[in-house]
Amino acid sequence: MQSFQEIIFKLKQYWAERGCIIQEPYDVEVGAGTMCPETFLRVLGARPYRVAYVQPSRRPADGRYGDNPNRLYKHSQLQVILKPSPEDVIELYLGSLEAIGIDLRAHDIKFEEDNWEAPTLGAWGVGWQVMLDGLEITQFTYFQQCGGIDLELVPAELTYGLERLTAFLQVRDSVYDIEWAPGVSYGDVRYNDELQYSVYNFEMADIGTLWKLFDLHEGEAARLLKLYDPKAADKRRFPLLAAYDQVLKCSNLFNTLDSRGAISVTERVGVIQRVRKLAVGVAQAWADQQQPAAVEVAE
Amino acid sequence: MSLPFLLEIGVEEIPDWMIRGALENLRLLFEKLEIPHDSVTMDATPRRLVLRADGLPERQADREERVTGPAASAPAQAVGGFARKQGVKPEDLTVETTAKGKYYSFVKKVAGRRTKDILAESLPGVILQIYFPKTMYWTGKGGPRFIRPIRWIVALLGEEIVPFALAGVRSGALTAGHRRLGAKEIAITPADYEERLKDHYVILSAEARRDKILGELVGVRFRPDPALLDTLVYLTEYPTAITGSFDAQFLELPEEVLVTVMRHHQKYFSVEDAEGRLAPQFAAVMNIPSDPEGFVRRGNERVLRARFNDARFFWETDQKKKLADRVQDLAHVTFQAKLGSYLEKTERMVGLVRDLGGEEQAVRAAELAKCDLTTELVKEFTELQGVVGGLYARAQGEPEAVWQAIYDQYKPENIEEAIPRNRTGQIVALADKVDTLQGCFRVGLIPSGSRDPFALRRAAQGVVKILVEGEVRTPLLNLTGGDAQLKDFFEDRVRYYFRDFRGFKYDEVNAAMAAGWSDLVDLLERLERIRDLRPTPDFEPLAASFKRIRNILEQAQFTGGGVAFDASLLEPGPERELYEEYQRIAGQPIESVISRLRPKVDLFFDKILVNAPDARVRQNRLTLLKTLLAEFSTIADFSEIVTNS
Repeated sequence: MQSFQEIIFKLKQYWAERGCIIQEPYDVEVGAGTMCPETFLRVLGARPYRVAYVQPSRRPADGRYGDNPNRLYKHSQLQVILKPSPEDVIELYLGSLEAIGIDLRAHDIKFEEDNWEAPTLGAWGVGWQVMLDGLEITQFTYFQQCGGIDLELVPAELTYGLERLTAFLQVRDSVYDIEWAPGVSYGDVRYNDELQYSVYNFEMADIGTLWKLFDLHEGEAARLLKLYDPKAADKRRFPLLAAYDQVLKCSNLFNTLDSRGAISVTERVGVIQRVRKLAVGVAQAWADQQQPAAVEVAE
Repeated sequence: MSLPFLLEIGVEEIPDWMIRGALENLRLLFEKLEIPHDSVTMDATPRRLVLRADGLPERQADREERVTGPAASAPAQAVGGFARKQGVKPEDLTVETTAKGKYYSFVKKVAGRRTKDILAESLPGVILQIYFPKTMYWTGKGGPRFIRPIRWIVALLGEEIVPFALAGVRSGALTAGHRRLGAKEIAITPADYEERLKDHYVILSAEARRDKILGELVGVRFRPDPALLDTLVYLTEYPTAITGSFDAQFLELPEEVLVTVMRHHQKYFSVEDAEGRLAPQFAAVMNIPSDPEGFVRRGNERVLRARFNDARFFWETDQKKKLADRVQDLAHVTFQAKLGSYLEKTERMVGLVRDLGGEEQAVRAAELAKCDLTTELVKEFTELQGVVGGLYARAQGEPEAVWQAIYDQYKPENIEEAIPRNRTGQIVALADKVDTLQGCFRVGLIPSGSRDPFALRRAAQGVVKILVEGEVRTPLLNLTGGDAQLKDFFEDRVRYYFRDFRGFKYDEVNAAMAAGWSDLVDLLERLERIRDLRPTPDFEPLAASFKRIRNILEQAQFTGGGVAFDASLLEPGPERELYEEYQRIAGQPIESVISRLRPKVDLFFDKILVNAPDARVRQNRLTLLKTLLAEFSTIADFSEIVTNS
């Protein structure tokens, strides 16, 4: 039996052999691997790029105090970006499943339409949810827009739900019974996060404090964006990546406040708009920053 | 020589529900090329759109074209120049007499173009013109758009490749088999194409895939579901049906929940026992030929078990907080950004229920109607909103009228579906829909063309259907909130309902609606009367006479104001007889008087000149006609009836 970590090793190995940079998880809280700069910013512009990384993804509202066998506050996504998407992208993907021992002649694979949209990121794409014997194991998306910008090169994004995939391969009904490493279960490693973060997110997070933090991070991102000058000769130095971290902080705070039941209907639309404005602002500045400055062109 | 033509567009998995529309579209685009052919066959799997035609000519027929040159009077040099340009000798030219004079001309033989060339030139455009509801680009910004990336193209006329390139793909003679069971490149000809595909685990014909699934389910008491079957037929290239089972203890959960999980989330057919009750089994369709080890069955069973466990967990958790205790939580659920929360909607609905004459039970149902939106079960299975609320209300001891009203509140979801089963439910469903319609129209969210994101057409159609079929006598015009656009919107739905759904003739609907369409129960009665009257011999002639009356009144710009009717001005004979007949029959239903009225009207028009020289007489006649028209126009404006005469 392959452990959780072995499955991750094999998938990383598989994609490394196909030209992907293997990145480590991004060190700011995100709701999905898509939000990491390695995806959100790298898909912009005309430079080809291939990357794979495991990203712990936090969804405060999905927490269940470690009680529910299928639902997690924090789950692990394997995020693969192939930019531009190669012609044989689906073959490559199916090959990755075979690499972790799934015999696709004896299992049922279906590609069912599932388009993806993230309003807070000004991003959308079309694609499928990939079903393996009735289980959704991967989200497959051809990005079309990001940060409100039509993409130059169309990347394929593959997002594997690693806990699900492992539960399938290990034939486990509860995610907590997955074997993470020989003799160590997923529950041994992660149960405490699930319990304690559920308590925090649903019961103890201080709403006033979180709002203050939201305002502070928003203010810092907005301050930086305002200072970005597309005409500046040294615009490459400008810390847009740092500004983007502030946006990610806002997004996670919004999710936590939401799971705490602290966001009213009237506020909700407005807060989403505030995050979106910053995310789109960073994306557009980033796209500009990738272009040589006007002065350099003149030289 | 006539040739077979084969076009296969190899695509990454196309959304199942778009495939048939795309095929029909492709057929029309091909027909528009006007290349002669015999039969056309269309086929598709998720990965290929296929057009096959027989009997295409190798080339178009040759044709002749007359080319006109200089005038007969032109100098020889000009004539010679023209001949040279056309590649003939001057003596080959003839002089033709045209309307403009005499001209040199010449009959040019134009060789028919090769069909292969025509196809090669037009197929890229044909393919890219196929309509899909949502398209993508994949070769880079500004590149071609299609539903999903095109990966190969087969284009054969006879044995020859029709050469073209599209989105970086060159047409050829190589198809692809099943993703994992077939070869990636298979050389084919139009003759062996379908057979070769089958060798590589692709069943080209949707009918054959359907028959295969149904054949494998013989003996299984599955609940027929044509829409689900269609989905599965277009989601697979080599479908095989299997059955699986689940723990019978899940049958304690409401059947609605189990069936929804199986159908909407897992695409399984439900199975019944001999008594028609839900059995702890399901039927699934996989995209491979067999499951000898039971991997696929067991995998699906585990997924279903997890889903059912979730549902049971939600069901039990939700019961800990009654619907009635959830009303305030609706403040946190958005109805629509500009229209506020579901708490606000609930308050408006309660008001509407009272306006509609709802009793206390209807008010109670409206108060609780949206509370299930805060439950875990509905968050997970949104398509069960309403149903779940109804089930919880029943479990929490609400009276039958109340829980049924909550259960049925979204009905009818289409024009075929039944309306809510009791009056309380009808009132609540009306209040819900009317609130949505009034709200959306108020903030400018009005459907345009095919864009109707809030499903307002369906809501308005539901209002019309409930008013008619529930025999609710509330005037429809009281439900527009004074919005003129909403009034027009309802008018369209009323027309559609009676004409397209109930099958009344369009002119009868126009005639009846012209006499009013606010009380829809009354409108239905009048439409039925007109339908029954129509075949009677006096009807159409009388309708024609009414049209004539209306025209006369319009031409005279007669408003009827001012002068009172004066019986002493009536001429003896047809005019007076018509008046007397009118007096006898006024107030009686048209059915019982039509046979007496018609001859009098006919005779009047036969003998009497309405446009009499004496202005007073003329005025009086117009008044008589107007009175007559008004008397019988309460059921319909008969001048709207299209007659043969």
